[in-house]
This record gives sequence, C-alpha cells and structure tokens, in this order.
Amino acid sequence: MTALQVQFDATIGHGDRIEPRDWMPEGYRKTLVRQIAQHAHSEIIGMQPEGNWIGRAPSLRRKAILLAKVQDEAGHGLYLYSACETLGVSRGELTEMLIEGRQKYSSIFNYPTLSYADVGTIGWLVDGAAICNQVPLCRTSYGPYGRAMIRICKEESFHQRQGYELLMTMMRGTDEQRAMVQESVDRFWWPALMMFGPPDDESPNSAQSMAWGIKRNGNDELRQRFVDMTVPQAKALGVTLPDPDLVWDEERGAHDFGQPDWSEFVQVVKGNGPCNAQRIAHRRAAHEDGAWVRDAALAFAEGASA
Amino acid sequence: MTDHPRGEWPLYEVFVRGKRGLNHVHVGSLHAADDEMAVRHARDVYTRRNEGVSIWVVRADAVTASSPDEKDPLFAPSGDKVYRHPTFYDIPDDVPHM
Repeated sequence: MTALQVQFDATIGHGDRIEPRDWMPEGYRKTLVRQIAQHAHSEIIGMQPEGNWIGRAPSLRRKAILLAKVQDEAGHGLYLYSACETLGVSRGELTEMLIEGRQKYSSIFNYPTLSYADVGTIGWLVDGAAICNQVPLCRTSYGPYGRAMIRICKEESFHQRQGYELLMTMMRGTDEQRAMVQESVDRFWWPALMMFGPPDDESPNSAQSMAWGIKRNGNDELRQRFVDMTVPQAKALGVTLPDPDLVWDEERGAHDFGQPDWSEFVQVVKGNGPCNAQRIAHRRAAHEDGAWVRDAALAFAEGASA
Repeated sequence: MTDHPRGEWPLYEVFVRGKRGLNHVHVGSLHAADDEMAVRHARDVYTRRNEGVSIWVVRADAVTASSPDEKDPLFAPSGDKVYRHPTFYDIPDDVPHM
C-alpha cells in the first residue's frame, strides 16, 4: 500500500473530509463523479415535471411559489455540477453525458405530472424522500459534495412544506379536489419508495460507498425512515397510502410495508419509463437552442477584453 | 482568454459576505462569460434567500494555492512555534484579566 493510500485511509478513518486537491483512489473519484453527476442531473431534469404546471397554476400566488421552487432546482443542479467539476470533469462533458444517456438521473422524474395535485404530491413525497436521502449526505466524506448538500437541505424544507400545504388546501376543497389528491398520491407512492434504490442486498455499489464514507446509510434503512415519517403526515392530510401491507409493527417499533415493483424500477432505469425519451429530448433541445447565446456571450467577452 | 474547451465559459470562484462585519467566505463556483455576468449569476445561484450583502468573484485560473495537498509542509513551521499561542505562558491563577 502506498503512503498516499495510507494517508487517504487515515483521513476517511478519522471521519475527516477529503478535499479536491488531495490524492484519492481512482475508484473513489469515479464513484463520486457518477453519484454527484447523477444527483445534479436529477435536479436539472426535475425542473421539467413541475415546470409543466407553471403556466397553469391556479393563482398568481401558486405560480410565484412554483417558479421559485423550479428556480431552486436549477440552483441545486448548479451547486452539484460545481462540486462535481472539482473532480476534474467539465460542465460540458457532464451535460453531454446526460443528453447522450451515458449518465443517469433519478427514475422518479420519468413519471408524468398528469394533474395539478401532482405539484403538491411531488413536494410532499418526492422532496420528502429526497430530504431523507440528502440529510445524511451533508456528512459525506467528500468536502465539496457535503457543502453542496448543506445548501440544498436548507432550501429543501420549503419545497416539502409548500407541497404539503398545497395538498391540505385541496383536501379542504370539493370532493373532486380530494379525489385528485388521492389519485395523485396513489400514482406517486411507489415511485417515491423506489427513490431510495434497490434493497441493500441487490445494490452493487452500496458497500464500497459506505466504506468510503460517501454514503452514510443503507437504502433500506432510509426507506424505512421515510415510511415512518410519512404515515402520520398522510393521516393528518386524510389520504390513504396505496399499500395493503402497510401496518404498524409494535415489536419493531416501525411500519411494515410492501415492496415496490422492482421490475418496473429496472425498466425505468433502463430508459423505458413513461417519460424518459421526452425528458432527454427536452434537455437536449434546451442545450442546443441555447448554444448561440453561449457563443455570443463568449465572443462579446473576448471582444470587450481585446 | 480564447482557450475554452467546447466553447465553455470560464470558471469563477464565488465569495459572499453574509452580513456587515463578516469576511467574504467561499461558497462555490460557477461559469460565466465575463466578470460582470459572473456577479449576476452569483447573485442568482448563491443569494436567493438574503445570504449575502456583498459578492466577490474571481477567475478560478487566477487563484494561487499553497500546494497540491491540503496537508502541507508549508504549514509545518507554525506547528513548532507553540510560543505563538497564549496557552504557552504560565500565569498564576490569581492574576486577574489575563
């Protein structure tokens, strides 16, 4: 073992952070690039399902909230891209890898937003699940990633609360509005559970990521935490979570619950979800249609400094 | 200035003064075509919720750093100068305001 490796292991062993100019094993760097890029892409692609409703939000207040939220997602993507770039990949490379399908993003954003209630459900369940995943990542072993996560987590609470408040408002409305909320929760519950990734014994990279301190908790542990958090929130809201196996287990002091359809998860990750093609086509078009703006700004800057 | 792979905008490091009386602190980085755009982008990316009263941006390629490693012999000389710290000096407990 080299002296560099010994020093790296000691830093991780002490619970200290690795910083960009430290030596690191190539596998550590690659794992981080993959995970941070996937996280950044999720924030950027995640603007689309909700952006879908900005023009049709029912009031100026709701429109302003949704705009602010989608702008936050863009900001979160940018924090994460900048963290990822400290590992020696360029922004352009990352964007290319996304639109060429060589890097992934969270499968949740490949589901459509069919009703306005989905804006609330995404805030409550999808951002709620994201918070469960992200809070432990504030202590991840790579400094820039942890610092980006701290900024993101501070803003994520607004996202979850605006979603829950939106649903509460609809639940106080008409029978038709209550039915819209329930229908939306029924569609998003299982995909939200899938956000934690496959069960630990089928998650190929988990053990190494835990050893490196990149991940701090297993997928199943975080999924359990999310279910336990969400059940009382669903009760307060007055909606049913669509899982017949969901019961409180007195002995474990936790909820038992059913498994999502993991074959559906695999299909969506492989690119065969309801919106995969649409999401990437939209991102590619935005990138390509913006090329002249990037070139013009650069040409202007070079002219001004000449 | 013309050496940008794939026509990418240069990288800037961003520093924000949280409020009067505090130092500017590094908060992250971003890409911009020029200095003015970097300040504007920094406002949108890093101060959406009153996080700052002042922003500095500097081209990342203009930063000179101590060494390729955070744990650095450059800082070793300060390690053996314990007399720079107040705790180096023994003062009797009954001497006030020391």
